[in-house]
This record gives sequence, structure tokens and C-alpha cells, in this order.
Amino acid sequence: MPFRRRHRRQAQAVSLHRRRTLADREDVLGVAMLAPALAYVILLVGVPFVLAIILSFSTASAGSLTFGWAGFANYAAILADPIFLRSLGNTAIVTIGSQVLVVVLATAAAQVFRAAFHGKRTARFVLLLPWAVPVSLAAIAWTWIFDSTFSVINWTLKVSGLLHGWLYWLGEPGLALFAIIVVQAWRIFPFATIIVLAGLASLPQDVMEAAIVDGAGFWRRLFHVELPLLLPVVAVAVLFGVVYTATDLGVVYILTGGGPANTTQVLPTLAFQRGIQGSDLGQGAAIAVFLLPFLIVVAIAMLRLARHTEVGAR
Amino acid sequence: MTGGGNAIVAGVELRNLTRRFGDFHALDSVNLSIREGEFLVLLGPSGCGKTTLLRMIAGLERPTSGEILIGGERMDGDVPPRARGIAMVFQSYALYPHRTVFRNIAFPLEAAGLPRAAIDQKVRWAAEMFSITRYLDRYPRQLSGGERQRVALCRALVRDPQVFLLDEPLANLDAKLRNTARDELKRFQRQIKRTTVYVTHDQVEAMGLGDRIAVMDAGKVRQIGTPQEIYEDPVDTFVATFVGQPPMNLIEVPGGTLLGFRPENFLPRAQFAAGEPLRPFGFAVRRVEYLGSDRYVYGTVTDAGAGDATVIAKLPATVSTAIPDGETLPFAVPERALCRFDAATGARRRP
Repeated sequence: MPFRRRHRRQAQAVSLHRRRTLADREDVLGVAMLAPALAYVILLVGVPFVLAIILSFSTASAGSLTFGWAGFANYAAILADPIFLRSLGNTAIVTIGSQVLVVVLATAAAQVFRAAFHGKRTARFVLLLPWAVPVSLAAIAWTWIFDSTFSVINWTLKVSGLLHGWLYWLGEPGLALFAIIVVQAWRIFPFATIIVLAGLASLPQDVMEAAIVDGAGFWRRLFHVELPLLLPVVAVAVLFGVVYTATDLGVVYILTGGGPANTTQVLPTLAFQRGIQGSDLGQGAAIAVFLLPFLIVVAIAMLRLARHTEVGAR
Repeated sequence: MTGGGNAIVAGVELRNLTRRFGDFHALDSVNLSIREGEFLVLLGPSGCGKTTLLRMIAGLERPTSGEILIGGERMDGDVPPRARGIAMVFQSYALYPHRTVFRNIAFPLEAAGLPRAAIDQKVRWAAEMFSITRYLDRYPRQLSGGERQRVALCRALVRDPQVFLLDEPLANLDAKLRNTARDELKRFQRQIKRTTVYVTHDQVEAMGLGDRIAVMDAGKVRQIGTPQEIYEDPVDTFVATFVGQPPMNLIEVPGGTLLGFRPENFLPRAQFAAGEPLRPFGFAVRRVEYLGSDRYVYGTVTDAGAGDATVIAKLPATVSTAIPDGETLPFAVPERALCRFDAATGARRRP
């Protein structure tokens, strides 16, 4: 390629006149600019992650620096433990339940926010608040909402005549799990709404108009055109939601602490209880790591779904 | 349903149709009467309001003021598209990407609540008509542009509309395909004999397809007429220069008049029969473009009072006269082919 060679020679000739600065040296500059991010990922994500995997195969405990190889003993122990199995089930229930709620609510909210109305900006700001509030603060507020004595929900139901007994939201296993699902959904749904809204904005306008001309009413357009076209976007929102919810410690820890009697325990709270509070680092790590393969499978499935439908839309 | 004092039941009738966006008049008091079964082309440059007009007939946009009548029935702004008896084909075809060809065509029928057997029969009938039966199980992404366009037409056809609205349906096809698609479209329209409103900025399409053409500019209909009327008898300089390739030559002559003539009527004097009334010009040739079937000759008219205007002559291959660059040659235009316009307003001056 004579042209390219000539080009390079020219470039060299020019650079002879001036000193090369850092900005000219893409190789050095690239490494320099990536370094902070790389350090962050390696030190705060990579190292703990590898450590967790190693610990899950060890007999390590908090307070001692000894490291004994345990093989699969930790995994065998937790798999034989009914509390672990219950936590695993609860994690699945909370994750799936909250995400179903999120998809329904986010789709509905996105429809509302698509319409033009007065005070839309303010409403959108308020909508995003749950997502911006720190988990712990929000969860503490929710403990009051679900409080056994002062619950506003009970009070409201009672006053409106819908409730005759009394609901112990965080005291009964079924209700407590439901409460956790509600809080998780409340936390994720603003973010999902924003994603769905962005998806709606990117839908081809003429396809929507074609559906109108073709005589499709609101529901037909929603279920037969909009939602199928939104599927990849919704899949991404759900993927984020699944990861956030399945790995969240704060909500359950603050609302119920895993109780009553470990009936609302989820994997992160159980891992924290066993590994940190109970000092059994090995078993705690095994519990924490247990979910990893499932989440990876979910992530791959979701991303494949998203890519497949996206290609289909072209 | 009373048609007022109107004897003719028009396919589509527009009365004083206006659409304003702020201060901008997208459509400025348009009156248009489209006959039953007619193929009417809305032709104009982009931004002239032709698509807005089409979308208003469809009910996708509301007029600021004015009336739309379809089949003699008044369509108020809130009559939804589905109740207007129209079908529309979009420039991008707007097929449902997640549905097979069959289910794309079936969509309007499903929406209308037809039984399955009837849907199946109708879809197959339409697919047969456009010979796309073998693509029924494919997805739009697996089809070529021409095939997608046919699917879009099928989807419009099965609704059995009173009026077809087509928004530049050939614009996304490559040049070769456009000719066949045009022919197919015209044959199809002749066959089903439905009122069709067709939007395009391509004058070749307009001339080839339209029973009549409405030439639009800046929100107004400048002229409506058969392709021949539009071409040979333009009402103003806009229509004269917008239609025709290369456009009509305009030269200013004394008396505030613009003299217009088509490039193909501007020929060497020797080409005309003796005794034909001619307007002679001296033509200073600057450059000749050889295009196979024609030659385009660029130059200036050096006639007394003609003020050195650049003009183009289009010589068919049958004219073999040598045209050397840089020389001034005797050319002429037959008197019958001359149009006179007011230089100030651009309006046609009739003798």
C-alpha cells in the first residue's frame, strides 16, 4: 500500500518538528486513562469475587487466618440444610414475584408518562425518587408502613371498612414475603419505567400509525404491536431487576432480618448471617456464590432474547 | 347522509383544508375534489404539505380548519382512521417486524373481528394477487424491498377500502425495480378501480401513474390536471420548472414577461418545416452533454432583449446536426410551444 506508507512518512516528518506529547501517544494514553477504572474493577470486584470462590472451598472462619481446604464440604452442608433450601426458594419467589409486578407496573406507568399532561416533569421526578433513595433508608420507612401496631395500610383498610381483623405484615411468613416483594418491586419499578419509556420512544412511529389505520384499538396495539416490539427492552429491564433483587441484602435484612424463624431468609441475608455474624466464612461464601451460575444463565438467556428480537425487528 | 347541493359523489373532497403549525401554514386553504375511482397524484417538493394532506385524509392528523368528505360523508377530526374506509401504505411500508407476512396481512382483518376461515381466504386471495404466496411464512426482514412493498399493498388491499392512500411507496426501491413496481401498481389500481391518492416528489412517477396530478407548493395546490395539461400548459413558473427534466427554460423579454419553452422544443432552425410559425433565437453553445438517446446543449440565448439567459436544448438522437462548443447557432421554438408568464408574479399570461 504505497499510499499508506507515504501517509505515514508524512506524519513522521511532521512529528519530527515538535515534541510528542502524551496526547499523541495513543498506546500510553489509553493505558493511563483506563488504569483507574481497571484498578477499581480489579480491587473491588475481581479480588473479592475470586476470594469468595476460594473461601467457599475452605474451612476459614472470621477471626482466624488459617486456611484449610474443605473441598465441597461447605456446599454439601448447605444443600443438606433446610434453611438454605428455604432461602433459595424465597430468593426465587421474591425475584420472580417482584419482577412480574415490575413489568406490569412499568408498562402501565410508561403508558401514562407517554401522554402529555400538566406537571409531567414533576411527576417523572417523583417517580424516580424510590430509585434514588438509599435502600436502607427506604427499607426503614417501609418497616413503619408495615409496623405491627402503626401500619398505615391496616389503618387505611380498617377505616375504609375493608379489613376486619388485623394484618401482621412482617410477623406472618406469607405476608412478610409479600411485603418484601412489594418493597423490591417499588424499588426497581422506576428504573424499569424509564427503560420502557425510552423503548417506547424508539419504536418506529409509522408502524404504530399503521396499526391505527389498520383499525387496531388500544389493547390490540398494546399487546400485538407495542409489547412484542418492546420485548428486547423489557428483557433488559428485567435482567437488571433480577440481578438487583436476587443479590439484595438490605431490604430483607431491615424489614424482617430473615424472620420470623428464618421463613423469609434469602440467600444474601443467610450468607451474611452465616459468614459474617456466625463467623463461618466458608459456608457464607458457599451460600453467596451458589447463585452465581443461575444468574449467569439468566443473564445469557435474557441477552440472547434481546438480541434475537432486535435482529428480528430489522 | 346529505351531499348538500353536490351532484357528484366525490371519492374524496377537501374544502378549505388548512393546517397551521404556529405561524407556519403547512396547508393553506386547499380545495380538491378527487373523483370516484380516480388515481390522483399529489406532487411537490419536500415540505410542500402533500404528506400532511394525505395524513389528514387518513385521520392521523387533524386539520386546523376545513372539511374532508370521503364518499360524500363528512369526516370530522375525531372520526378515527379505522372508520374512514381508507387504507394507507407508508413510505417505509411499516410492516410489523415480529409478524410473518401472513399475520401482517391478516392484522387489519383480525382487528375487524373476522372469523379465521374468512381471514385465511382473504389473505391468500390478496397474496395471490401480488404473487407473494410463497413468502407468507416469512418475516419482513427476510424479504427484499420490492417484496415488502407488495406485502404493504396486500395489507392495505384486504381492508377493502374506499380510498387507498399511498405515501411515496416506491421511494425506497432501487431505480430498476421502481419501473416494474410502477407498472404493477397502475395495473393493480385499474383492476380494482378504487380511488387512490398517491404522494410523491418524483415527477416521473407522477406523470406515469396519475389520471390527474395536483402540483403542490408551500401548502397550496398550484395546479390540478392531467399529466399532459400539467406538462404542456403550466399555470405558473413553479409548475413549469418543477415538472419536466430538464426543466422549462425561462428567459426574460421586454414587457415584464418571461418566455417559457421546453428544452425538447428548442431545436436547430433547420429541423422545422418551412412555414411553421417560429420564434428564432441565436444560441451561443457553451457545452454539449451526450446522453445516448439525447444530447443536452447548454448555452445562452443572445437574442435582442433576451438578456443572456442560460437555457438548455434537448436534441433527440435523430437530430444529427453537429453542435460545436463556443459557436452561436440559429435555433428556434415553434410559437405553439411558447408559454408566457408574468415576470413579477410568475403567473401564466394567456394571450
